[in-house]
Amino acid sequence: MTIQSPLVAAAEVRFYDLDEHDHAEGHSTMLGFWIYLMSDCLIFAILFACYAVLGGNLAAGPGPKDLFDLPLVALNTAMLLFSSITYGFAMLAMRQDRLRQTQAWLAVTGLFGAAFLAIELYEFQHLIHLGATPQRSAFLSAFFTLVGTHGLHVTFGTIWLVTLMVQLGRNGLIQANRRRLMCLSLFWHFLDVIWIGVFTFVYLMGMLR
Amino acid sequence: MSHEIHADEPHGSMRDYTIGFLLSVVLTAIPFWLVMERPLADGVTAAVILAFAAMQMVVHMIYFLHMNGRVEGGWTMMALLFTIIIVVIMLAGSLWVMYHLNHNMMPMPHDMSQMP
Repeated sequence: MTIQSPLVAAAEVRFYDLDEHDHAEGHSTMLGFWIYLMSDCLIFAILFACYAVLGGNLAAGPGPKDLFDLPLVALNTAMLLFSSITYGFAMLAMRQDRLRQTQAWLAVTGLFGAAFLAIELYEFQHLIHLGATPQRSAFLSAFFTLVGTHGLHVTFGTIWLVTLMVQLGRNGLIQANRRRLMCLSLFWHFLDVIWIGVFTFVYLMGMLR
Repeated sequence: MSHEIHADEPHGSMRDYTIGFLLSVVLTAIPFWLVMERPLADGVTAAVILAFAAMQMVVHMIYFLHMNGRVEGGWTMMALLFTIIIVVIMLAGSLWVMYHLNHNMMPMPHDMSQMP
């Protein structure tokens, strides 16, 4: 009995905290959004793997060298890179509590995003006009799926950006809007990272094949 | 007030964004130039542009996404490393398996099967 008594004493002072702690609103949003982005990254990884496997199957159709226009891709890349730095400027303005400046940089970012989408749509329309549709070959199916999914992300990012500009106009730089801007910042820069993979792996490597 | 709450959140300075932007411009321009002008052999060009893409992704992670091991107690970095491992397995595995599949399914002339 005397041997057990220290254990009993230890058990008596131990207690379990069953009540939920009080968490500040949105305290876990950034980590949660980052994990969403990582899952999105896996979607793109699958599409890249598809393109890597199917990219050589031309079915006697046109190949990358016949279709891709590198100066246009370079222009597109520049648009996305400019939009990344202007979004960075918007975040810097937000940290200094400058509402008008934040909105102005967001507007510039949105314009660059829209320019990117316009160039990409022009490219797609041009390819389809040439008969290089997604149905033509496995290479083109994989190409349109990969680049189109990225374009779709940019489209939704742009819609989100416009929504946030309206929110800022209504409520200003409140805590919730700051959090939303931080999330969109991650999303926007993440899309630029994916684009690095696209222009290198699809366009530049395609011209070497 | 809001600055105090989010003092520990990742954020860049003007200097960070400028450095990141300039590095990205260089790391984008060189691969495009290499592919458009072809001063190097194809194999070397491919290796160089892939290396530049990897470097530019790291630049974006550091200067635009403000990644480091301290954000959210290191959990964002853990999630990123886990994702990179999965992505590498998926890409390398797909290419490896499908390359061998293509290799083994390649149509051969009949007498090839009699060869030693």
